[in-house]
Amino acid sequence: MNVVVCVKQIPDPADPGALNPDHTLKRDGKLILDESDTYGVEMALQLVDKAGEGEVTLVSMAPNGEVAGLRQALAMGAAKAVLVSDDALAGAGALDTAKVLAAAIGTVDGYDLVLAGVESSDGYTGVVPEQIAGLLDLPSVGFAKSVDIADGKVKVQRQTEAGYDEVEAPLPAVVSVTAGVVEPRYPSFKGIMAAKSKPVDTKTVADLGIDASVVGWAGAGQEIVDVAAAPEREAGQKVVDEGDAHEQIVAFLDGLKVL
Amino acid sequence: MALSKIWVHVEVNEGTVAPITLEILSKARTLADTVEAFVGGSADGLADVLGAHGATKVFATGDLGGVLQGVHVAAAVAAAVEAEAPDAIFFGTTYDGRDIAARLSVKLDKPVISNNTGVELDGDALKVSTEIFGGTQIVTTKFAAGSPAIALFRPKSFVAEEAGGGAAEVAELATGDTGNAGSATVLDRHVEETSGPKLDEAAVVVAGGRGLGESDKFDMIEQLAKLLKGAPGASRAIVDAGWVPYSYQVGQTGKVVKPTVYIAAGISGATQHMVGMKGSKNIVAINKDEEAPIFGIADLGIVGDVHKVLPKLIEALQAR
Repeated sequence: MNVVVCVKQIPDPADPGALNPDHTLKRDGKLILDESDTYGVEMALQLVDKAGEGEVTLVSMAPNGEVAGLRQALAMGAAKAVLVSDDALAGAGALDTAKVLAAAIGTVDGYDLVLAGVESSDGYTGVVPEQIAGLLDLPSVGFAKSVDIADGKVKVQRQTEAGYDEVEAPLPAVVSVTAGVVEPRYPSFKGIMAAKSKPVDTKTVADLGIDASVVGWAGAGQEIVDVAAAPEREAGQKVVDEGDAHEQIVAFLDGLKVL
Repeated sequence: MALSKIWVHVEVNEGTVAPITLEILSKARTLADTVEAFVGGSADGLADVLGAHGATKVFATGDLGGVLQGVHVAAAVAAAVEAEAPDAIFFGTTYDGRDIAARLSVKLDKPVISNNTGVELDGDALKVSTEIFGGTQIVTTKFAAGSPAIALFRPKSFVAEEAGGGAAEVAELATGDTGNAGSATVLDRHVEETSGPKLDEAAVVVAGGRGLGESDKFDMIEQLAKLLKGAPGASRAIVDAGWVPYSYQVGQTGKVVKPTVYIAAGISGATQHMVGMKGSKNIVAINKDEEAPIFGIADLGIVGDVHKVLPKLIEALQAR
């Protein structure tokens, strides 16, 4: 059982985000592993453990050769990583990202399953896993809250508006998992030390046989024309509870005639 | 200027057209001369409401036989695009909407822009707007890759309004063989029983967060929501912690709500959460930490302990 996990290294969400003059997200500080991807990594490690054989390979894309976030996932237990790093990727949209990741996945020998988080915590596009599946011409199941492998098939509980669907697809397949689906492990000291020497295969766009003119700004097919501050919502009254705050809430609700 | 034709994906829940589809149809008809809809599945019982909201035609694939619809609907739409020539194809940010839009973007090799809350015309080009950094900034993006432009819109971005049209004409949307890629099959459906109004449609939402301390304290949220004939909601923190199902989540990765009143109890106001609820008409926040960001947008902010305020509030409402 070999699992490929798509992961993203993002600016720490605890720091206020900022944009470059060209409207790309500033990524010059330290990048960390997107928390929503830790669920995919954990799920992959559990599936490989259960199968009793195989390994987890990470694929990622970053413009500046950054590996700090990948080391976090390697420390959790992934065996190796493929990182696509190329200046030509600045400004890449979701489809460009999917093209690059699909090509990177294509360099991994004999995978049974591709896992990804539903959406990154910085871009939130939520379409990349499904686009990767489309480019690789594989079946896919999105929004998984549980994943099981048996008899060459993947069985998934897929979130729906009403609850969830039980969905099955033949392997290899692409599955995106929601946050909270498993409890991601903390890397052990041993894991952190081991991660330092695990292989990270860094590739350029050209290495993957992709024409640099079709990804990034050049091929995005979309142009950011404006970035503006959103209208701010003003704070109203703030009171410290002296034991009677509930009365103020009741009065407020009364005033709105919702009681 | 107006576009000549926009297509809108129809999201169906339990046989009924979802509110988000009617919101998008209402907006689309202000941008294009003709608005048409398409649905993965049967159009039975949908033509009247779609027509009333501006769609003149609905293309339906008919029963898909238990397969997951994304691959099949995307292939069918891609095949129809050349003959029908829509200038844009709009989706709601829903489970199926995202699946279909993503697969369609690959089929047509066109970008898809997600998570939009606004759309306007700039000459012949469509511009969409997206909130970033927790809704503090708005990015406007112009489609430059030729038609059709593919865009996803968040729920509650537009107001659904009837246009007085008659039933939409129903037409066939032909599906073909999608091979192995289309082989994901739905074996069984599970409907989570909920009482009271739906989270994204309720006039009152009472949401709880980490400040509740432990999972059984969420009962207070449920009780309060019931007393106010509203829906309970939750921050991502307690959904991730497994206290409540994912369907309760309000925020960037959960539901967008715009109720008359939103009561946030023990929620500090991470940007992730605020994006999902800052469009509420009135916001009441109860939190121990007077520096909590939620107070920056609350109409009534109570600096206090939810374990003291909520029981008294529940008691006061029960006494009425």
